Amino acid sequence: MKHFFKDLTSSKAGLFGAVLLVIIVALALLAPMLHLPDPTRGDLRARLAGPTWDGLFSPGAHPLGTDEVGRDILSRLIFGSRMTLMVACTAVVLGGIVGTILGILAGYKGGFVDKLLMRLVDIQLAIPLMLLALLIVAALGPSIQNVVLVLALTSWIRYARIIRAQVLSLREREFVQSAHAIGASTLRIMFLHILPNVMTPALVVGTLELARIIIMDAALSFLGLGVQPPTPSWGRMLADGRVYLSSAWWAVTFPGLAIVLTVLSVNLFGDWLRDYFDPKTRSAK
Amino acid sequence: MALLEIKNLTIEFDTPGGVVHAVNDLSYSIEAGETLGIVGESGSGKSVHILGMLGLLPCPPGRIVSGEAWFDGNNLMALSDRELREIRGGQIGMVFQDPMSSLNPVLTVGRQLKEVLQRHTTLKGDALKARMVELLDIVGIPHPEARLSQYPHEFSGGMRQRVMIAIGMSCNPRLLIADEATTALDVTVQAQILDLVRKLKEDFGTTVIWITHDMGVVAELADTIQVMYGGRIMERGPVRPVFHDPRSAYTWGLLNSLPDEGARTQRRLYQIPGSPPDMANPPAGDPFAPRNPFATERCHREVPVLRDVGDVPGHKVAAWYDLPALLAAEKEKTR
Repeated sequence: MKHFFKDLTSSKAGLFGAVLLVIIVALALLAPMLHLPDPTRGDLRARLAGPTWDGLFSPGAHPLGTDEVGRDILSRLIFGSRMTLMVACTAVVLGGIVGTILGILAGYKGGFVDKLLMRLVDIQLAIPLMLLALLIVAALGPSIQNVVLVLALTSWIRYARIIRAQVLSLREREFVQSAHAIGASTLRIMFLHILPNVMTPALVVGTLELARIIIMDAALSFLGLGVQPPTPSWGRMLADGRVYLSSAWWAVTFPGLAIVLTVLSVNLFGDWLRDYFDPKTRSAK
Repeated sequence: MALLEIKNLTIEFDTPGGVVHAVNDLSYSIEAGETLGIVGESGSGKSVHILGMLGLLPCPPGRIVSGEAWFDGNNLMALSDRELREIRGGQIGMVFQDPMSSLNPVLTVGRQLKEVLQRHTTLKGDALKARMVELLDIVGIPHPEARLSQYPHEFSGGMRQRVMIAIGMSCNPRLLIADEATTALDVTVQAQILDLVRKLKEDFGTTVIWITHDMGVVAELADTIQVMYGGRIMERGPVRPVFHDPRSAYTWGLLNSLPDEGARTQRRLYQIPGSPPDMANPPAGDPFAPRNPFATERCHREVPVLRDVGDVPGHKVAAWYDLPALLAAEKEKTR
């Protein structure tokens, strides 16, 4: 753990990503305690008010301006991040679990199971993911559960492919044979001996997937298939503010910036994490 | 009664280059308490027949064509996967060649030792912990308690092989099989491990099969030596007669290719001519015949059967020729 922080502080990009990520997550977690204006209550007298820093701590202040029905953008951003992060994290974990299990199964069992699973992956890769997501959400109806389900569905294939490749080389290692020699069953070997060995790549794919899923979630919301109003979401804010782009730039700029910063921080942190866990780049330092 | 008796074991591999005959009609037995050293070069079938017997051979490409392996009244070949798992690690312990990769790098040593014990014994809680510490202590690992929570990379090669032996011995197996267990270690560590195994054998009366290509190791450890070539037994018998009075040209070649300890005569080391047989197209007769300077015409035609030779009981050879006579004749000629 000590080494973890030492290595992190020596990487500027990684540290930047980590700090940014911690701030974003902290804001999302602490949102109800920050005395922000209600993100769902509009004030038609203050429609599309520009960002103002006057009287920052007074109740009626809108430091990042308001949207077309007079809702405070800062408050909507912070409350929107709760939804975005929750949806993205759940989808990443769900996709990660399914993808890792199927990847180990395909890699270790080989033969028919492997062929079946990998053809499934190929088929899914051939369909544009956005189209698949749109079809499913449109068919099942837009709800948080469905969005999570769809995002996880677009995500498992990436884990499955990478984990399978890892397992293909791991299963030839001698420790697998010695596990057989002590009488361990196939299931035991797959999940008690091989799984701990692929946790690192799975974790790294997870961070990269998190960034991708945040964007995908925003895209779904933008198209009106994500979280439904009045619950704030970043994609939705972009979609609604787009109309006023020429007159009220703040309505789209800040949600866009929030997405960029979140994805950037996750990517930077993920890159560093990959290097940290890779023994080759680690020993080179 | 023999602890392990292998009868007519034949193993083949299906490869793109044809069927490889890895083990051919192999039969032998080992008594309880005996230490059997199996020697042979790569591809002689010495490891493959053990893996096949224990159900550890990947099938396909491996294929067990025929054979029985009677262990303690059970035919291992006829057991189900589940029954075989009970025996592996419990009654038959194994130690593999490379201690660097035989331990799972991401699990602690204690966790890996615990797994065998939980699998094959009923030990729990403090008794389990005590047994783990005891095992590491038996194989000579200092500070066993602290070592349990360490990862394999914190151990040296010799220490890791000790851990592997602790795992192999953990459930008091009737039979311990070591497959090239000292090959990857340097000579001093090798000597320590051999000492350890000898001591364990004395203390627990374990039967040991030691697979190696190092004649020196066999001479030190084994009661019986079995020389294999081309998936067959070439010669077998108590260590002393096999070393001092080899009857197979292959054994003779192996022994002559070793430097003599403290040799005063500066003789050239013998080199066995040719290269190992292509077991996809094995020679028709004696597999060693093409490389054998003493081969007779019959060697090329017919596979020799094991027959008793010499005056020590149990000394057997598979050869059509009479090696001592041929060597004596050779000596006469050069004089």
